[in-house]
Amino acid sequence: MSKMKGRSLISITDYTKEDILKILDLAEEFEKNPRQNILNGHVIASLFFEPSTRTRLSFESAVQYLGGRIVGFASADTSSVKKGESLKDTILTVSNYSDLIVMRNPLDGSARFASEVSPVPIINAGDGANQHPTQCLLDLYSIRKTQGQLENIEIAMVGDLKYGRTVHSLVQALSLFNAKFHFVSPESLKMPSSVKTVIKNAGLEYFQYTELSDVIPFTDILYMTRIQGERFPDPLEYEKVKNSYILTNSMLEGSKETMKVLHPLPRVNEITEDVDDNPKAYYFQQARNGVYVRQALIAAILGLK
Amino acid sequence: MNNKRTELKVSAIRNGTVIDHIPTESVFHVFKILNLDKTKNQVYFGTNLDSKKYGKKGIIKISDKYFEDEEINKIALVAPKATLIEIKDYDVIRKENVQLPEYVDKIVKCFNPKCVTNNQNVTTSFKVTRDHKGNMKLYCKYCEKTMSKENIEFV
Repeated sequence: MSKMKGRSLISITDYTKEDILKILDLAEEFEKNPRQNILNGHVIASLFFEPSTRTRLSFESAVQYLGGRIVGFASADTSSVKKGESLKDTILTVSNYSDLIVMRNPLDGSARFASEVSPVPIINAGDGANQHPTQCLLDLYSIRKTQGQLENIEIAMVGDLKYGRTVHSLVQALSLFNAKFHFVSPESLKMPSSVKTVIKNAGLEYFQYTELSDVIPFTDILYMTRIQGERFPDPLEYEKVKNSYILTNSMLEGSKETMKVLHPLPRVNEITEDVDDNPKAYYFQQARNGVYVRQALIAAILGLK
Repeated sequence: MNNKRTELKVSAIRNGTVIDHIPTESVFHVFKILNLDKTKNQVYFGTNLDSKKYGKKGIIKISDKYFEDEEINKIALVAPKATLIEIKDYDVIRKENVQLPEYVDKIVKCFNPKCVTNNQNVTTSFKVTRDHKGNMKLYCKYCEKTMSKENIEFV
């Protein structure tokens, strides 16, 4: 694990295939034994400049299961940012009080900048519309766990493929594992060409669709996403596409026996509640896997595993 | 009109650097990139000069000044076909085309309004790349967005 010790994780591309597999293996160990006192005496800062339920709470519970302490804030309103403090000053100050900083910030690229000024490692918990590498790792963990492997997976990504940062990172990561990609989106929310270039450069294939039902019969993973109103520059554009894809239980008939439905959550209406009881629905277990993956990352970066 | 006569429309310099074959509309961008608006050296320039190769062109001559490759190559962003000529005692001692640098720091703004470089005191940094059609692109080290030439705006 020494390669990750002391290193920030800002973008999934900071990690090699080998690094990713090491984190997933370690997460598997934590899943078997999540309560270990290895963070005793350590302080982790959790700086959330914008709201989050899963990411913040799963980081915090990851730290607490491991016996560590948390300092930080859950919104910019309760920090000196409200008084106009710069990000640099906040990071330099908080690094005095902690061994590691977990940060979510609405500005794209804020995490990379924070890692340049911070003397302690930073884990990016989402920088605006840019990257969310811990979500990507927990998605990979969930895929490997449900499919038994990460190589040669057929994955269908559905919804907002233009602004959705989780699908961009997941494409980058799965391109290391020989995946076949199926993209389902309205015309105005198609996967950006920069992401498609990653696939082409890896010598892999992708296919684009506008109908959700086209991909259900053959995909191994159905990765649903929320169409995120807050990422749209134009609210009218959002209104036009917000109800484009809604997955119902009956639509899953005829899908592969081993197929799983993933979603980074929160969902709004894109998966109806009748899907929740279908054994193919995996999104809540997926969220639970976030704790083990984050335990693995914290332990690796602090050099404790 | 031959090249010699074209160049003579802007005074010859005894020692220094000539940057030829600049697109006319980019002459002032080159000024900005090389900080020529702040230099104490003598600077001569011409725009809309006739060029056999390009129709119209711009030229800049800077007396008693030679540039580091890293510095001069930044002008390739706006003048990819520019020629760099170094003069000593009225003789050409070096003549070559500018090359796109690997990285472009400080001089270009990120086109993404939500990029940290546009909202905090952070110096910009881009990696110069090409898309599959061979077009030059700038990849922001911070927000990881890729910007095409049309979106380039100087700081």
